[in-house]
Amino acid sequence: MALALSATLLVILALLSEVVAPLARERVRRLKARRAHRREQRGLVVYDPGRERRAEQRARALLRSCVNDEEWAMYRDLGFIRVWGGLAEGPRRGETRQTQEGAPYAYLIYPHRPIVCYLPQTGRLLNEYCVEFPDETRPYGSARLPGSDDVLAKWMALTGDERRLIETANMHLPGRQVDPRRVRRDLWRLGAWERGRMAAARTRPPTGATGL
Amino acid sequence: MKPGHGEVLLAEGDLDVQEDEQRLVEAFRPQLEQGMWAAVPTTSHGGRREAQMVKSFEEVPRDAERVIFFPRAAGGR
Repeated sequence: MALALSATLLVILALLSEVVAPLARERVRRLKARRAHRREQRGLVVYDPGRERRAEQRARALLRSCVNDEEWAMYRDLGFIRVWGGLAEGPRRGETRQTQEGAPYAYLIYPHRPIVCYLPQTGRLLNEYCVEFPDETRPYGSARLPGSDDVLAKWMALTGDERRLIETANMHLPGRQVDPRRVRRDLWRLGAWERGRMAAARTRPPTGATGL
Repeated sequence: MKPGHGEVLLAEGDLDVQEDEQRLVEAFRPQLEQGMWAAVPTTSHGGRREAQMVKSFEEVPRDAERVIFFPRAAGGR
């Protein structure tokens, strides 16, 4: 008798849970939404753990749409972008690879690190340019740009008005913030990466070629 | 570019349409007043990508696809 009653009770509970559980979930969801709405009305910013990840994804897409294919591939594969310098006397920054390679100096742009200036011909490090892009507007005044946005801001400022950016930045000798060994290793990686790309380009069949 | 948020669309429109142009000017001005820098990504005749910094709406090329605002640079530590 007791066994039958227990079984019946269990069945009733199981059936009730089927009906009650969705209603309870809905009530909890509404309660959370109401609380979030009240917090927003009081001016409190709700922390969104995925916000920065989404911001970085958008920043990468924006960076990719602005720089050329080589620069994008460099950032994707190596984590930095090289920009040729255009201020000093020397071979003019040209439209061809050869004249670009003849530029007297170049920069390495890292996310949230100083811009490193160096001589491409010798690999000698010249300076570090410490520059930030602080946002003074509210309520986001204390947050940093996503890493890829920081790179893009430096890239735009360097290619658009190199002199103004360099004059704004705090200049230091190499090694103050970025380890020179790391930069030399990055330059070696960059060289190997470029050689690999050139080798791949040589072996790649020309566009439009048809196979036999 | 918005710290913590990345890219945020402020306004879009066609410069050949007067109402759109007015709306774009109205969206442009407050950004510069907040101290933001504005850049137009461009492609040179040789195909090289670079940016053109602009200090007023009149400097924006008529064929520009977009203007990107980003916080003014400051010397870092």
